[in-house]
Amino acid sequence: MDYKRSPFRKLMFSVALPICIVIIWEILSRKGLFSPQVLPAPSQVLIRWIDYLIPHDPYTGDKSTFLAWLFSGELVQDTLASGYRVIGGFVIAVVFGLTLGLLMGFSNFIYDFFNPIIQLLRPIPPIAYIPLAILWFGLGNPPAFFLISLGAFFPILMNTIAGVRQVDPLLIRAARNLGASDITLFRRIILPAATPNILVGLRVGIGVAFIVVIVAEMIAVNNGLGYRILEAREFLWSDKIIAGMISIGLLGLAIDTCMSKINNHLLRWHSGNN
Amino acid sequence: MYESKALCSSCPELVIENIYKVFKSGQGEIFALERINLSINKGEFVAILGPSGCGKTTLLNTIAGFSPPSSGRVLVNGVEVTSPGPDQGMVFQEYALFPWMSVEKNISFGLEIKKLARSEIKNRVDVLLEKLQLLDFRRRFPKDLSGGMKQRVAIARVLALDSPIMLMDEPFGALDALTRRTMQDELLRIWLEFKKTIIFVTHGIQESIYLADRIVVMTYRPGTIKQVVPVTLPRPRDESSTQFIEIQKYLSKLVMEEQMRFRNSEAETI
Ligand SMILES: Nc1ncnc2c1ncn2[C@@H]1O[C@H](COP(=O)(O)OP(=O)(O)OP(=O)(O)O)[C@@H](O)[C@H]1O
Ligand SMILES: [Mg+2]
Repeated sequence: MDYKRSPFRKLMFSVALPICIVIIWEILSRKGLFSPQVLPAPSQVLIRWIDYLIPHDPYTGDKSTFLAWLFSGELVQDTLASGYRVIGGFVIAVVFGLTLGLLMGFSNFIYDFFNPIIQLLRPIPPIAYIPLAILWFGLGNPPAFFLISLGAFFPILMNTIAGVRQVDPLLIRAARNLGASDITLFRRIILPAATPNILVGLRVGIGVAFIVVIVAEMIAVNNGLGYRILEAREFLWSDKIIAGMISIGLLGLAIDTCMSKINNHLLRWHSGNN
Repeated sequence: MYESKALCSSCPELVIENIYKVFKSGQGEIFALERINLSINKGEFVAILGPSGCGKTTLLNTIAGFSPPSSGRVLVNGVEVTSPGPDQGMVFQEYALFPWMSVEKNISFGLEIKKLARSEIKNRVDVLLEKLQLLDFRRRFPKDLSGGMKQRVAIARVLALDSPIMLMDEPFGALDALTRRTMQDELLRIWLEFKKTIIFVTHGIQESIYLADRIVVMTYRPGTIKQVVPVTLPRPRDESSTQFIEIQKYLSKLVMEEQMRFRNSEAETI
């Protein structure tokens, strides 16, 4: 395709639709088509977003360093709080999901032992655990970690199992033929062969973690992007709600881009990559 | 019966002793191998020829130790084969390279398992890369190689371990005619230089005559040895010579008989 030839054109092409939507939305808002309460104009949202981003007090230079001041804005603080919860919950999910997934993929015995309970628990959405999470872990970060790790756990687990089970038996034969022991087979054949699937699981997992953190923050904590949206709702600050939503979108995009970069690096050998 | 006592009575390296292999499938039992007896001497090049589904891969898998025979045994230098290992290096039809390893990593994999010293591994890999004209591709991943190059890597991987016996399952089946001829010549060169015993499975009658000292023709269901045809023509063999064509006609007749049985059995099952 022609538009793919230069990176600049490609960029222009991919931002064309968002820009159009914003322009039309701005025009319609200025014509007074929607009340600012229901759908504020993009310019208003942007002002609110900048206000949300920059530090509350002006920089004085005495109390703390410039960097600390720069990071003292509400949006930055909320992002850090949400990011901390996502990463904490995600790491827990990776530890459990990967370990159990590798074991279940490798051994039919372990698979048959755990599979029924997993199939039973898997369809329950993490949101349904909210009341129990609060009962068990109280308020603050612990219930959030619990809910997030629960949400991210299943995609990681299921994809890891599938990855290990889908390893081409021919490669296992080849490795055995070259003298591989069980441990070598696992470490140097099964693990890398399952990597594409595992990475899919991690990517889906972090996506779920991101959804769950927003929900978790609406119930049990008093900072983070999810909490801020809920707070804005109390005051009917539609512009701030949208500013918060866009922040979530940007953070999600950043995380996914990072995952995709890691993905491409680890899968240099894969036929889909060049 | 067909043992090649005439060639070297002193030292058969590989002995296949009365092997049977039965697969149990949904409809019943498939007699993949029946009464296979074969002795192969050190340094011999043996081709196994037969129609699709006659049990050639099954036979190689049994020799490689991947799946035990239903009865009978395989002896390498008098020791029974019970598990796969580098003594019988296998070159697979589908290459079976590890896609996440570069060319040199694929070749050094077996050596790393053996825990050789790093410098020793590097030396061996360098020699093989050069011998197989892979030097320029050492850091490439298998996905960026042509079929011929992939198969060269697969051969180098086995050569690296210095396996005395090389099992090759239709290794050049997927290559175009020109590349195939190059690879055949290269294989003959390797065979002479490294003094390997080679068991080479193929569909190709010409290929088997071009390469092998002996050609084992198999029957279709049950898979038995129909006949062993020795080829004594000097190498390099000329495909247009009258002797070559004579052997080719003879083998064609044998293989066609089995091919017909294969067709008929296909017709029955439909
Ligand atoms: N694991 C298995 N289970 C059941 N039947 C099998 C199995 N492996 C092979 N067979 C059957 O045994 C017979 C011999 O198979 P094999 O793969 O050895 O044939 P082949 O000579 O290598 O054929 P091709 O030339 O197509 O590779 C076939 O009829 C096949 O259907
Ligand atoms: Mg086969």
